[in-house]
Amino acid sequence: MMNFINLLMAGLATGAIYALVAIGFTLLWQTSQTINFAQGEFVMVPAFFVLAALNVGMPLPLALLVGLALSMLVLGVLFKRLLVDPMLRHGVLPLAICTMALSIFLKETVKEVYSAEASPFPSFLPGGNLNLLGATISIQSISIFVFAICAVVALQTFLTKTSTGRQMQATAQNPYVAKLLGVPVERMIMYTFLINAALVALASFLISPVYLAKFSAGETLGLAAFIAAIVGGFNQIRGAIVGGLLLGVIDNLAAAYISTQYRGAVPLFLLIAVILFRPQGLMGRAEERTV
Amino acid sequence: MSRSLLLKALGLVVIAALIFVPLTLNRYGIYIMSLWAIMTIAAMGLNLTLGYAGQVSLAQGAFVGLGAYTVAIMMTAGFGFWLPLVLAIIITFAVGWLLGYPALRVQHHYLAFVTLAFSTLVFLVFRNEEWLTKGIYGIMGFKRPSAFGVSFQKPIEFYYFTLGALALASAFMAWLVRSPWGRAFVALRENPIRALSLGVDTRRYTLMAFAIGSAMGGFAGALYAPLVEFIDPTPFTLALSLNLLMMVIVGGSGFFFGPFLGAAIGVLLPEWLRFAHGWYLIIYALFVMLLLIKTPTGILGIVENMIAARKTRAASAARAAASAGLDKA
Repeated sequence: MMNFINLLMAGLATGAIYALVAIGFTLLWQTSQTINFAQGEFVMVPAFFVLAALNVGMPLPLALLVGLALSMLVLGVLFKRLLVDPMLRHGVLPLAICTMALSIFLKETVKEVYSAEASPFPSFLPGGNLNLLGATISIQSISIFVFAICAVVALQTFLTKTSTGRQMQATAQNPYVAKLLGVPVERMIMYTFLINAALVALASFLISPVYLAKFSAGETLGLAAFIAAIVGGFNQIRGAIVGGLLLGVIDNLAAAYISTQYRGAVPLFLLIAVILFRPQGLMGRAEERTV
Repeated sequence: MSRSLLLKALGLVVIAALIFVPLTLNRYGIYIMSLWAIMTIAAMGLNLTLGYAGQVSLAQGAFVGLGAYTVAIMMTAGFGFWLPLVLAIIITFAVGWLLGYPALRVQHHYLAFVTLAFSTLVFLVFRNEEWLTKGIYGIMGFKRPSAFGVSFQKPIEFYYFTLGALALASAFMAWLVRSPWGRAFVALRENPIRALSLGVDTRRYTLMAFAIGSAMGGFAGALYAPLVEFIDPTPFTLALSLNLLMMVIVGGSGFFFGPFLGAAIGVLLPEWLRFAHGWYLIIYALFVMLLLIKTPTGILGIVENMIAARKTRAASAARAAASAGLDKA
């Protein structure tokens, strides 16, 4: 039972990180039909910005800020300007292929420029264990979970309560009507790319202390984010949250109770089942198929 | 006259080069050329599924793996080469048919993710089912085939064997895309609802597009096993499926010769870039991105656009000449 609680907490912590990545993924899809196959690498890269800043001799808080700023510049602005904007008019598939090439590019660049080895990454959250009614729970798991959920709630509040957030939602739902109503659609799309970059940077800072910073770290993460996004519902933020948490918990429990060899298979079965029987996702609305 | 003659001459030169150039290459060069022929067959299958029938698949690498494992397992069990080859094609055809069923329900990115999940699952089976696949230790100890008393043991001999297989596969594809089936596949891609209303059984053709495309992947895999003479799970990760997809798109999806060109870029370009050491994949990825930004329809897309532009120019010049003639009269 104690073991179960620990697994559950660890699962919720990774799940919350998956949710962050999945939310960014769905935001990009909603506002600009970008299926970002490099999303996993986007999570891997900010950790190396921070490591580079630390190597220069910056203190951790400053290095994290620099990492966040660089991510927003490179993975937000440059990604949109240099890759998405020229590709978007050509349709969904060529752009998706381009992001695949981008993922190779990011992975290999980090490997060549920084290191092929896994590097330890400092945590900015408290570590240690907590004894609660005889059960030992990792404080890091709890703080990751709380931090990620706070970020999601803040984002949700921004999107529903502020004018800019509402304009972004309008852009996502129907860019033409939004434009007619005077929403600066282009700027709103840029904001989504910035938010995505911030989310992946946050996920990177949370997950790298646990799983180390490595050039290939994005592969599993990217897949997890896709699955979380689709299982939860591609067109809903709360869907991505539910999908992410569910996936994190199932992944951890499956590794412990079913088979370590096939732990990777359980989320995939979940994905296939959801796509076949409830393609709009657990929380999603059905999208009308256009003729 | 000149254009079709030029194309024929170009075709002859390419075929002659494919036959004679490898004679001058070393062992590794011949291996790369054989790999190119095999990847072209796999990419051709994906081009049928994606380029002609318009169904996104991220599982072609898994089918290459299925074909390779079928041949490797059966050859080590002492079945020769030809029976396993036929079985590899039948198995991948059947599995491809089954994978087509999700395509009847979901489209586009959802289909991409179903096939992606399938591809990862197949990899897990290759890695974990040691009783069958020997897991990460891999299978070895099977020989290259021979036929009608001719052995294909040496690298150059096996290269000609794969080239023959490529010729066979190309002839099949050329026949298929010109047949009523090929037209039905294109109809499926262009407008499935109109195709359905015109009496095309879209359900059956969707499944067929997946099954035939996958069987070509299996065929390629069946040739890949005797080429490397050692099969383990590493080559058949999702990366292979993504690479094959890139080959099809970069070459020109929906063009007959797209896979040939795409596989040449996907297999040969990284080798030419070897001088750049670890940087070669970076350069390759940059090249693919720039190429797609420049021309999303792939290399053959550029060529087609250029030909179309020339035709338009020629036609407008002719029109101008004609109207000038009219003015004078």
